[in-house]
Amino acid sequence: MKKLLLAASAASLLATSAFAEVKVGMITTLSGGGAGLGLDVRDGFLLAIEQSGRDDIEVVIEDDQRKPDIAVQLSDKMIQSERVDVMTGIIWSNLAMAVVPAAVNQNVFYLSPNAGPSALAGKGCHQNYFNVAWQNDNLHEAAGAYANDAGHKKSFILAPNYPAGTDALTGYKRFFDGDLAGEIYTQLGQTDYAAELAQIRASDADSVFFFLPGGMGISFLKQYADSGIDLPVVGPAFSFDQGILQAVGDAALGVVNTSQWNKDIDNPTNKAFVDSFKAEYGRLPSLYASQGFDTANLLLSALEKADPSDANAFREALRAAEFDSTRGDFAFGPNHHPVQTIYAREVIKEGDVFTNKIIGTALEAHSDAYAAECKM
Amino acid sequence: MRVTERYINGVVLTGLLVLPIWALAMDEPFTITLATRAVVLALAAVGLNLALGLGGMVSLGHAAFFGLGGYTMGILAYHAQTYSTLNLGLFSTDGTTSMPLIWLSAMVISALVAFFIGMLSLRTTGVYFIMITLAFGQMFFYFAISWAQYGGEDGLSIYVRNGFPGLNTLVPIQFFGICFTLLCIVLFLFARLQASPFGLALNATRQTRSRVQAVGLNPTRIRLLAFVLSGAITGLAGALFADLNRFVSPTMFSWQLSGELIVLIVIGGVGRLMGPVIGACVFVALEHFLGALTDYWHVYLGVVLLCIVLFGRGGLIGLLTGKEGAHV
Amino acid sequence: MSSILIVEQILNGLQFGVMLFLMAAGLTLIFGVMGLINLAHGSLYMVGAFAAAAVAGATGSFFLGLVAALASAALAGAIIEIVVIRRLYDAPHLDQVLATFALILIFSEGTRWFFGSFPLFLNIPQALSGPVTLPGGIEYPLYRLSLIVIGVAIAGGLWLFIERTRIGIQIRAGENDREMIAVLGVDISKLYTLVFALGAALAGLAGALVGAIQSVQVGMGEPVLILAFVVIVIGGIGSIRGAFIGALLVGLTDTLGGVFLPEFLGLFMEPGAAQKSGSAIASMGIYILMGLVLIWRPTGLFGARA
Repeated sequence: MKKLLLAASAASLLATSAFAEVKVGMITTLSGGGAGLGLDVRDGFLLAIEQSGRDDIEVVIEDDQRKPDIAVQLSDKMIQSERVDVMTGIIWSNLAMAVVPAAVNQNVFYLSPNAGPSALAGKGCHQNYFNVAWQNDNLHEAAGAYANDAGHKKSFILAPNYPAGTDALTGYKRFFDGDLAGEIYTQLGQTDYAAELAQIRASDADSVFFFLPGGMGISFLKQYADSGIDLPVVGPAFSFDQGILQAVGDAALGVVNTSQWNKDIDNPTNKAFVDSFKAEYGRLPSLYASQGFDTANLLLSALEKADPSDANAFREALRAAEFDSTRGDFAFGPNHHPVQTIYAREVIKEGDVFTNKIIGTALEAHSDAYAAECKM
Repeated sequence: MRVTERYINGVVLTGLLVLPIWALAMDEPFTITLATRAVVLALAAVGLNLALGLGGMVSLGHAAFFGLGGYTMGILAYHAQTYSTLNLGLFSTDGTTSMPLIWLSAMVISALVAFFIGMLSLRTTGVYFIMITLAFGQMFFYFAISWAQYGGEDGLSIYVRNGFPGLNTLVPIQFFGICFTLLCIVLFLFARLQASPFGLALNATRQTRSRVQAVGLNPTRIRLLAFVLSGAITGLAGALFADLNRFVSPTMFSWQLSGELIVLIVIGGVGRLMGPVIGACVFVALEHFLGALTDYWHVYLGVVLLCIVLFGRGGLIGLLTGKEGAHV
Repeated sequence: MSSILIVEQILNGLQFGVMLFLMAAGLTLIFGVMGLINLAHGSLYMVGAFAAAAVAGATGSFFLGLVAALASAALAGAIIEIVVIRRLYDAPHLDQVLATFALILIFSEGTRWFFGSFPLFLNIPQALSGPVTLPGGIEYPLYRLSLIVIGVAIAGGLWLFIERTRIGIQIRAGENDREMIAVLGVDISKLYTLVFALGAALAGLAGALVGAIQSVQVGMGEPVLILAFVVIVIGGIGSIRGAFIGALLVGLTDTLGGVFLPEFLGLFMEPGAAQKSGSAIASMGIYILMGLVLIWRPTGLFGARA
C-alpha cells in the first residue's frame, strides 16, 4: 500500500502533487498469493501514463491483499479522503462486487482492468462502470466455440466450485455444440487433481476444458501431463499467461487457450507496448499488463476530450473509446463491456521462455450474454 | 511510571471517542471509518475475550460466529433489497433492513450455533479444543463458499446501509456512534459479569477445574454458558462489520480471522476489560500506517507480534501497569 | 463406476495420505516431545519446496533439489527453534499459537520478498515421469506410486528410529518425563533442537516432493498445515502411529468423498445439482470426520494425554 505520485518528467514531481488535476485511485492486489496479477496491471497502467507525458495525473495505489473487506475500506478511503475522480485496478470478481456498486453510486467512474462479473454486465450495469478487459464468460465462450471448430464432440469440463467457476462452465456450454463426457466442480484452492484425472481417464471424452486460475491451474497441468492422458486440452488464457507459464513448464506446451490479447497481435501499438514493457520492467508483458495498459489509454483518450468533473461529457468520451488498443480495434457494447475478437493461442517455447502464439480466431466481434438485461 | 488499569481504560475510551469527532471537524471522513473498524473488531474480540480470557477457552473458530452475524445481516438485507421471501422451511419471512432486528437475529443465531458447537467441543480440552473449534470454523467457511444462492465465494453486496430509527446510518459519524454505543454497553455488561458470581466461577474453572466441581458447581455448564454469550457478542460484531463494509463474504469465516481476533486480545492483554479494545486500535493503526510504508508490512506485523509474545507478557496493559494478565 | 477406477481412486487417497503423514509426523513429534503447537510447520513445507525449486532450477538435478529441501528446512527449523520456539516451551498454548502465527506472516512475506510474487517451476525427474501399467490393467503415474513408496518407507524408518535407536529412546523418555531425562544427563535443549529440525526436514521433504506435481508458491503451506492438524487430532496428538492412521483416513476420506458423494447424490438428484452439493459436502468431509472422532474419543484415536 504505497502512495505513488507519478510524473512524466522527474523534474515536475513536486508540481504534480500540488497541481494534479485528475486523481486516479487504483486498488489492486500487490501482496499475498495473487500479487502477480495486480503487479502486472499496475505496471501496464503506469507505463501508459508515463508514456503519455502528462504530468497532471496523480495515481494513488493501494494494496487490497485480495481481501474484500480491505478493498471496501480502501475504496471508502479513496472516495472520502483522497476524493479521486476515477477508480480502477481490481483483479478479482468478488472484490469488484464489493467495491464497484457502492463506488459508482457515489459518482466515481470505475474502469475495470480485469474482473467482469455477470451482475455488473446485466441487471447491475451502471453508466459510470466501464469494463476494459472482458465479461467473465467471454474467454470460456470462446473456448467452447474453438472446441467446435477443432471438431471436438465430447468434452470433459471442470472448474472450482464457486461463482466464477459456475460461470466458466456455463460460458463453455453456451457455445459448445457437442456433448459432455463429464462435468466436475472441484474444491476452491485444491492442489491435487489425481481423483479428477482418474475420472477423465475412465470417461469417453475426446477433449478436456478446464478453468482453474492461479496455482490450481499449474498443479492441474503438471499432473495432467504426467498422467499419460493425451486428450487435447482447451482453456481460457488465465492458466497460460506469461506470469505462470514458466512455472508450468513443458506440461503446457501445445495447449490451446483463448485470449483477447497476445504479444504477437500485429499492430503498431501492441509492438510498441511489448517492447517498451520489456525495456521498462525486464520481463515479457502478460495479458493483465496489456489490460492495465489499455485501461490507462482509454482514460487518457477521454481526458483529452473532457474533464471528469463534467460527468456527462467525460462519460461520452469514455464510451467513444477512441484510443489505440493493444488488441487493435476496440469498442464498447451498450452495457460498457468490450465487443472484441477473441483468439485461440497455442503455448510454444521461444528459446528458454514459454509463451503463446496466435493460431486462429475463436469469436469475432463478440459481446456478452448479459448485455440485453442492461437498462442504462 | 506505572499507571492503573482504570486510568488507561478511561484514556482509551475517551481517545476513541474524541478521534472521530476531531476527524469530523477536520473533514477527514476516512479516519472515522477507520475508527469504526477498530470499534467493531474490538467488539468481536470482547466477545472472544469472554471465552478466552475469562474462561480459558482458546477458540480458533470464533470467525464462525463473526461470519454468522455477517451473513444474518447479509441475507436479511438481501431479501429486503430484492423484495423476495426468505423461506426457512417451517416459516417464511420478508427480509428487513432494520438494524435492531438484524442485531437480534444475529445474536440469537450465533448463540444457538455456539450452544451446539460448545456442547460438542467442550468435551475436549487444551489443543484438542483449539483444533475442534478450528474445524467447525472451517466447516462454515467451506459451506459459505459453495452456497451459491448467497453469492458463494463472491459474497453478497448490500447497496445501502441498514437503518436505525432516527439516524442516517450512511453518515460515517452516525454509524460510528451506533457502534461505539454498542461497544460501551457490551463493555459495561462484561465488567458486571466479570465481578458477578458467575464470572468468578468461570474464572475458577479456568484456574482449577476440580475445585469448582468440588464446591458443587458444574464447570462444563458454566463454560458452555460463557461460550454461548461469547458467540452472541461476536455475532453482533459480525453484523456491524457487514454493515460497515456493506458486504459479506466467506473470508469472514476464515481461520486467519479467528487468528487475528486472538491477536487483538493478546496485544491488549488477555482477560482484561479493555484489552481487546486497545488491541483493535493498535492493530488497525499498524495495518494503516505500516501498510502505507511498505508492501511487505506483514513481515513487520509478524515481528511486532513475536516481540509481544516473547517479551510483553500481559499485553500492552500488562506492560503499562506492570501486572501480568491471566494465564490461559 | 468400474472397479479399476475405484482402485485408482484408493491409490490416490493413499498417496495424498502418506504425504500428509510426512507433515503430520513432524507436528505430532514436536507436540509429543516439547508440548508445542507449531502453526509455522506449513512455512517449513514451503521453504522445502522453494529450496528444491531454486536448486533444481540452477543445477537441473531433482535429487539435489530434494537434498536442498531437506537441508534448508532442517536449518530453518533449527534456527527458529533456537531463536524463538525455545522460549515458548513453558508458555501457555495461546502464546505458542500466536508466536507461530507471527512466524507464518514473516516466512510468507519474507519468501515473497526474496523470490517474487510469481510461482516457481519444479518438475518431476525424467526417470519418474509418465504412467506405468499396474497388474489388473490400471494405468497410474509412476511418480505418484513412488510417493506412496517413499512415504511408507519414511514411516517405517521413523518407527525404527523412535523404537530402536538411542536418540529414539531419549525422545520417548522426553515425552514421558522431561525433568527425569535431564537429570539422567541428556542434553535436553540439544535433543529438542534435533527433534524440531527432524520434523522440519520431513515437512520440507514433503513440500519438495509435492511441489513437483503442484504449484510452488507463497501460501502453499497453510492449507496443508490445517489438514495436518486435522490428521494429528484424529490420530491423537503425540502419537506417530496415530498420525499415520489419521493421515490415511483423511487422505481416503477427502479423495473418495469428492468422487463418490456426487455420484451417490446423483441417484436422487439431477446431475448438476448433485455435483454441486456433493462437492460442497465433500469439502467439509474431513472436518466432519474429525468432529465425529473427537466426540467419540476426545483425545483422538491413539492419544494418551490431553
